[in-house]
Amino acid sequence: MDYLPYLLAGVSVGGQYALIAIGYTMVYGILRLINFAHGDIFMAAGLIMIYLCTALPLAVSIPLVLLITVAIGFVIERAAYMPLREAPRMSVMISAIGVSYLIQNLALYLTGGLAKPYISIPWISDTITILGATTRRVTVITPILTILLMIALILLIKKTKIGMAMRAVSRDFDTSRLMGIRVNNVISVTFIIGSLLAAIGSVLYFTNYTAVVPTSGQMPGLKAFVAAVFGGIGSIPGAVLGAFLIGICENLIKSGGGAWTNFSDAFTFVLLIAVLLVRPTGLFAEKKIDKV
Amino acid sequence: MNNIKHRRNKKILTAVNVALLLAIYVAVFVAEQVLPQTSMLFVVLKKGSIYALIAVSMNLLNGFTGLFSLGQAGFMLIGAYVYGIFTIPEEFRQSVYQYFDGGVIHFTVPVVIALVMAGAAAAIFAALIGLPVLRLKSDYLAIATLGFAEILRALFQWKIIGPVTNGSNLLRKFPNFNDFNIKGADGKVAVYLSTLIPFIVAGICILLIVLLIRSSYGRAFRAIRDDEIAAEAMGVNLFKHKQLAFVISSFFAGVGGALLAMYQMAIQANAFTSAMTYEILLIVVIGGLGSVTGSCLGSFLFIAASEWWLRGLDGGTFLGINAPGIFRAGFRKVVFAVIIMLVVLFYRKGIMGDSEFSAKRIAERFRRIFMKRKSKIEVVENE
Amino acid sequence: MATDKNTVLAIDNLTMKFGGVTAIDDLSLHVNRGEIVALIGPNGAGKTTAFNVITGVYEATSGGVSFGGSPIPKGITPDKITKLGIARTFQNIRIFGSMTVLENILVAKHMRTKQNVLTATFRLSRNEEKRVRREAEELLDDQGLLQMKDEIASSLPYGLQRHLEIARALATDPQLILLDEPAAGMNPQETQELAAFVKRIREKHGLTVFIIEHHMDLVMQISDRIYVLDFGKLIASGTPKQIQTNKRVIDAYLGSVEEDEPADIKPSALNAKKEGAVNAES
Repeated sequence: MDYLPYLLAGVSVGGQYALIAIGYTMVYGILRLINFAHGDIFMAAGLIMIYLCTALPLAVSIPLVLLITVAIGFVIERAAYMPLREAPRMSVMISAIGVSYLIQNLALYLTGGLAKPYISIPWISDTITILGATTRRVTVITPILTILLMIALILLIKKTKIGMAMRAVSRDFDTSRLMGIRVNNVISVTFIIGSLLAAIGSVLYFTNYTAVVPTSGQMPGLKAFVAAVFGGIGSIPGAVLGAFLIGICENLIKSGGGAWTNFSDAFTFVLLIAVLLVRPTGLFAEKKIDKV
Repeated sequence: MNNIKHRRNKKILTAVNVALLLAIYVAVFVAEQVLPQTSMLFVVLKKGSIYALIAVSMNLLNGFTGLFSLGQAGFMLIGAYVYGIFTIPEEFRQSVYQYFDGGVIHFTVPVVIALVMAGAAAAIFAALIGLPVLRLKSDYLAIATLGFAEILRALFQWKIIGPVTNGSNLLRKFPNFNDFNIKGADGKVAVYLSTLIPFIVAGICILLIVLLIRSSYGRAFRAIRDDEIAAEAMGVNLFKHKQLAFVISSFFAGVGGALLAMYQMAIQANAFTSAMTYEILLIVVIGGLGSVTGSCLGSFLFIAASEWWLRGLDGGTFLGINAPGIFRAGFRKVVFAVIIMLVVLFYRKGIMGDSEFSAKRIAERFRRIFMKRKSKIEVVENE
Repeated sequence: MATDKNTVLAIDNLTMKFGGVTAIDDLSLHVNRGEIVALIGPNGAGKTTAFNVITGVYEATSGGVSFGGSPIPKGITPDKITKLGIARTFQNIRIFGSMTVLENILVAKHMRTKQNVLTATFRLSRNEEKRVRREAEELLDDQGLLQMKDEIASSLPYGLQRHLEIARALATDPQLILLDEPAAGMNPQETQELAAFVKRIREKHGLTVFIIEHHMDLVMQISDRIYVLDFGKLIASGTPKQIQTNKRVIDAYLGSVEEDEPADIKPSALNAKKEGAVNAES
């Protein structure tokens, strides 16, 4: 049996998960919030792309998609999460679930419940051959782009002023505020970066699929979150690593064919639960002692 | 003296509460005999009562014990399947399990026993996963339970166990609510019970949950919710009590899943998505975390709004406004989601907060209104 | 250390490390039946950590704790230790805020109620419930809290919340009660009442009291013996008189208090410092 096509597909889809996972891990690192709506933002980016492409050339649509998705991420944070800054964590999580519900229903309404065929993007959708395996160019582009973006992001966090502010805010809101950091702005930037990467991931991801439906974002979203947990939530390289691992594993499982395909989705959660069993707060997560 | 009076008042209020409840049941029964069966009211009543049970079971965990679990759909799935598998009459098995040669199970159990089995199966599964999962802190618990629900959804569609679960095909032809209608000699329905049955089953289950919540164990649950460390220091065994709440909640979610199967007359694992869990969570939040009556009211409101009152939003005309361009399929759910977001953001305590709807509350409300009026009158007189 | 029959609590060579920080360093002490023993020391000396080790919140790095002559097994959960007969209160009040005053007490009675989840749900253990309620109401009466038994606990004023916490600890039927700064935030008069109260509960419930406190007049007034911790190490022990004149104790306190402070241990200065710390923690 030839595993190479599955491996390639795994690396590719892993890169796409990674781009989503970074958004999860950054938001969690700062707000301690599982942003349940993140997968739906990813799906929304896919739909926006479809709608834009009916009227505009690709060269305009793609940057516009990124811009609109970023705007959506920003607005969601300001409207649904910021008002709950002082509320218990459970309330914010419920709000995130509410946003997810809203986006999905909005998508259902706008699409009229029909699966919207995704456009084929020239060049990156082209078929190429590597090591005898036939695949699309996107398969090769994704991991490279993911790694480049990851490096850029790490540099941003390590070397720039806003990056320093992000690191400070993730440690302690109040102290950061006292140090003159505008916490809300930093959080917004986090959401903007997260949404931008999700939009890029979306363009790459959906070229491999025929259509977008309102629930398209759920599974990739959950898997990306698992990747983030697996890599130690809050750690960007960890999330990327976890995402590649999940992408590769689930595609290798698919290579088993037939009944195993059902389980490629479930596998992610088996992995999650296994990780949580070993380390109840996720791999590599820092240990925190409750003050009594 | 005061104490005796207090006790007597309490007895009167309890009697009023019981009378109110009975009145509701009688009203449901009468409505069912009188109104046309096609009325949307019955959809709301049936589905609403089932959702009420599931919402209350989730509230037991999320609202009363403070465990943020998102596994409800998974436990409902188990319940629905166990019910279906063990109640499909033998003569229909060949046609239902057509791809699996009639399946491997060739006996049926009475509906009531199947309902208990549905709950028990969900409870056993909860007990098994509780061991690892309940060690996790808030949001990790949420994601792990969500994960288990997803695993179940995949597992039940697995071909290998198809002879039991019918793979990804529908389970159907098991007894549903209509089978409880009593037919006369002419073959026509003489007494309708198809709405009363889910009301009764859900009512009994909710009553049990209320009794639990108001017992010493319920207090221990709420203590854990308020302050885990203090609860433990007061001798409450955290794991044991969390496990208990988790298992009991799952039991009733399982029963709820079975009831939902009876209502929908067909079971398919793919329908038990995380979106279903989210809906139930939102019902609990709308009703008020930590309020049983809130969850019940929330369920009926949720179902009534989404299945009935807001229908016009999907159908072109709403409140006399005809705008087919806007009011088309799906708009209802958008409006609905917006309303939910408004509740989540600006009305965080939900309808009931963490208090209960009861005769006592109404009495107090009236007393307060009355007192206010009285004091106003006094003010006027003084002037 | 010899475990004589009278010893209720014995800590033997206890060390507690958090990563590289040693919070408690080789601490040994004992509390005899019926005594009121105080544990004092500057902030960060490791007092509350000691309580947390005794009650099972933390697991000691080395050394151990015995209760009533037998060692408390390592790694057992706090609820089991409470069941053995050690109750506690918390430095930063931890009442069950959304529950009523009476329910707060009833929770503490839960583990000593003979029932299981079925008998409780189906009201088959009514007599137990009645007994427990009666006992709880007696306790509240004792604390002057009975008339507010149906109030929501978080709505009580601060001082009463402290009382409720003590009542709740007593409701677990302890032999030994650990009070973690019970007088924090109380005015001098309330502190006086508390002193009398602690003595009274010792008599009434036959209790042994182990107390962390910063109000020195309270400590000196009620304690039979005092242990002094500094930077996790035991620096002195003895009767209040001995401690007051102990050179090392005075040095330890002066080291952490402003220089112009007089040589005797001034409660006010210590209290002021402590309040700041409490606020920062909550």
